[in-house]
Amino acid sequence: MMEKKRPITLLVYLSISIFVIFLLRLWQLQVLKGSHYREQSERNRVRVFKIPAPRGIIYDRNGTALVKNAPYYIASLITDLPGWEINLTELSRLLQIPVERLSERILSHDGRTLEPIRLKEGLSFEEVARIEARRSDFPGLTIETEITREYPYGSTGAHLIGYLSLPTEAQLRKGMFSDLPEGTFVGQWGVEALYDGMLRGVPGRRYIEVDALGRQLRTLNVVAPQRGEDLWLNVDLKTQMAAEEAFRGRAGALMALDPRNGDLLALVSLPSFDPNLFVKGITPEEWERLQRHPGHPFLNRVFQSQYPPGSIFKIVTAIAALEEGVINQNFTVDCTGEIQVGIWKFRGWKEQGHGRVNLRKALVESCDIYFYEVGRLLGIDRIAKYAGALGLGVPPGVRLSTEKGGLIPSTSWKMKKKGRPWYLGETFNAAIGQGYVSVTPAQAALMISAIANGGEVYRPVLVKDQPEREPMAKLSLRPETIRQIREALVGVVEDPKGTGLAARSGLVRIAGKTGTAQVVKTDSGKDRTRKGRRYRDHAWFVAYAPAEDPRIAVAVFVEHGGHGGETAAPIARAVIEEYLGGDRAEKASD
Amino acid sequence: MLKRLLISRIRIDRRSIQNFDWLIFAVVVLITVLGIMTIFSATRPVLEKGQPSFYLRQTVWLVLSIAALFVSVSFDYRRLEGIAYHIFGAGLILLLVTVLLGHTGMGAQRWLRLGPVSFQPSEFFKVGLIVVAARYLSTRPSPLTASSLLTPVCLFGVVPFLLLYRQPDLGTAVVLTGILIVMLLAKGVQRRVLLIGGLIVVLSLPFAGSVVWEGLKEYQRNRLVAFIDPKVDPKGIGYQIEQSKITIGSGKVLGKGYLKGTQGPFRFLPERHTDFIFSVYSEEWGFIGSLFLIALYALLIMRGFETAYNAKDEFGTLLSIGICVMFLLYTTINIGMTMGLMPVVGIPLPFFSYGGTALLTNFVCVGLLINVRMRRFALFY
Repeated sequence: MMEKKRPITLLVYLSISIFVIFLLRLWQLQVLKGSHYREQSERNRVRVFKIPAPRGIIYDRNGTALVKNAPYYIASLITDLPGWEINLTELSRLLQIPVERLSERILSHDGRTLEPIRLKEGLSFEEVARIEARRSDFPGLTIETEITREYPYGSTGAHLIGYLSLPTEAQLRKGMFSDLPEGTFVGQWGVEALYDGMLRGVPGRRYIEVDALGRQLRTLNVVAPQRGEDLWLNVDLKTQMAAEEAFRGRAGALMALDPRNGDLLALVSLPSFDPNLFVKGITPEEWERLQRHPGHPFLNRVFQSQYPPGSIFKIVTAIAALEEGVINQNFTVDCTGEIQVGIWKFRGWKEQGHGRVNLRKALVESCDIYFYEVGRLLGIDRIAKYAGALGLGVPPGVRLSTEKGGLIPSTSWKMKKKGRPWYLGETFNAAIGQGYVSVTPAQAALMISAIANGGEVYRPVLVKDQPEREPMAKLSLRPETIRQIREALVGVVEDPKGTGLAARSGLVRIAGKTGTAQVVKTDSGKDRTRKGRRYRDHAWFVAYAPAEDPRIAVAVFVEHGGHGGETAAPIARAVIEEYLGGDRAEKASD
Repeated sequence: MLKRLLISRIRIDRRSIQNFDWLIFAVVVLITVLGIMTIFSATRPVLEKGQPSFYLRQTVWLVLSIAALFVSVSFDYRRLEGIAYHIFGAGLILLLVTVLLGHTGMGAQRWLRLGPVSFQPSEFFKVGLIVVAARYLSTRPSPLTASSLLTPVCLFGVVPFLLLYRQPDLGTAVVLTGILIVMLLAKGVQRRVLLIGGLIVVLSLPFAGSVVWEGLKEYQRNRLVAFIDPKVDPKGIGYQIEQSKITIGSGKVLGKGYLKGTQGPFRFLPERHTDFIFSVYSEEWGFIGSLFLIALYALLIMRGFETAYNAKDEFGTLLSIGICVMFLLYTTINIGMTMGLMPVVGIPLPFFSYGGTALLTNFVCVGLLINVRMRRFALFY
């Protein structure tokens, strides 16, 4: 007979220990860590989907939408499903991506994050429909939606509006946009970048109950996205288009302002680029092509290119001379076409000379000799003082792109930079806007705008109804000075001998000044016409209108445009006529 | 003749009613009903229309099982002694047929199809093994000598183990080996033999381990690896253990409420109505409910050991011990697995998991327990 008490007692104790261990484990799982596991089970079944926020629309000053929002579809894969497996060959056929690229994408994904793997971006409607139809064959395959832009006017105003794209790898490496959900489009250029935070809005969330197969069971909660704020710009689309049109394919820059308050009416930098290229991800080939483009389409010439202002700088010299009392209305110079200083001869652009020249004639016919003389009387430092007061020599600070400050030389500047004293000949050059002097097209626009409004330099204002309208610089000019300059500038366009005759308009009285920036230094004015296009001088024209009550000021710069009066002046006229005469012309045709 | 038989039957039944263990009967029926409720909840559809019929089929099996229980109570268990070897032989043949002809489920050949019903012969075989081991051991002197150990170890242990391992049904193989070892130890083994046997087992463990490892199927190896380090394969078996723990833990103290669980129906939990059904129950009924269910199992097993202790003969004692150890092993391995205390071995929770053959077998076993208990005073009649 077996002894049964001992083994059965042992078995009972064993059973009791097992059940006690179970109880302790249950206590641990359900009581101590219950909340943690409850949360985990919630996270299991609730999937959060992002609802992209519509981006604010950018309008021009008349309410024309400059951009459109457009859906952007991405085929993504969720892989944190149990028993997840997918037929790569089939998927590759569906998405039309080579199997190798597909598996590379999936394998390179960091398995710890729950973010879906993006397999193919920028899907067409047909692709979306095809994928939706076969979704059930591919558990975990989803279509994500983002909102991106369409730029209906293409390259028009591209340097102003900018473009939207996914953050570049370089930006991500630098840790930029790290606070945004993956795959959010960001403004990369122009206004889109400058006002990105305002335009972007806040994406919403859709909480959906899913099962382990990723099937969506029901919507639990929706947090609506917050639409980005709309943006009204001061730019006038029609004027902008007219301006770009007027360049007729030439490279150059233009800025048009309302001289009364600094409203930016048009901003042209040519050649431009099509921002739509970036939206769906620019191909490396296209990027390469744009980067290598000899015209540098990504250069914002308005702010980033500085050139000698040429004769448009004579306005500054004239103002300085009048205000300093160095000259008056009766001051004249005999122009023989050249001036002798010691052993050097300085020539004017017109070989035979202008004869007896007063201020008006000197500006209207752009006499260099007159301004050499005035420069000699003034000295460089007094010229520099007035140039600075008109906003030259410092970046205007519009922040649309990086900005160059141009250069207004002075005696101290030369001593510091070159370690040499200032020479009189350099004053001659500076007085007519050559030599060391350089300005950006934006600065030229600010200068002429200040002339138009009587001396206030406004920082260009991009956005409509912006309250901040304090001039960044103010030059108190005597009314007599203003009157004389303005009269002369009208003469430039209206006088039969004026250099800016090509800007003359039948619609409106325009005041302006031509300028020519030398590309290659020559010791004589000869042979310019024979230069190849690459060596042709740059053309300037600054203008405002109507002359008696200015509402638009414009600076035009044409690369290798030759003489300012030939190529730049007609562009200014076209812009002014479009802006001021657009309404009138329409009314007339009624 | 027939009349006398009927009268004697009625007399037995009347005596039985007094001694029939209604408590243990109520416990297993209650566990099964809770199981059916949980099967209903675990398999309830979330997108599709219509409730799968698992719970209905299990209800039908419960009715059949209760009937089988009464059948296995109706005769004196000592009559099993006489046919023990026949039962065991039949069980072995069924196992063999399954290995040769059975059809595959879940990567293993465990099922034998008979017309519309498919069943797992290994379930029936368990009863055969317990009966034959009890029969053999009860006729040997205690403690067992080396020579009297040879038959049970080889015939009842190694041969079925190899057959089950071949299927492969590692879970059942391990449980049956465990039952056999406990029965041998309960019977008593000579200290010298025990020492040598233990030494052999310990020494051969690395070798046997590598042989077993080599012979394991991929999914079985994954389970073992995942138990040791769940992070190795988060989407596979480690995922199952993690999800099971989430399921149990998320029930907290009071549970999410019946039909309010999400882990099972949403299929985050695998084998939600079979191997991992305890998790689903725990999620809905919480710590309190789990405590109650475990208490029911404890009651069943303790009652069984009491029966073993009070049995009127050694066959009855060993039979009861075998059955109780079987319930204990199944319960421990299954619940331990769902709580992440044991490697994932695909064995069901007795009375609770979906599965007709297992339910029927378990009820038959409970019937035998009741049978032993009922007839403990039979000498006096």
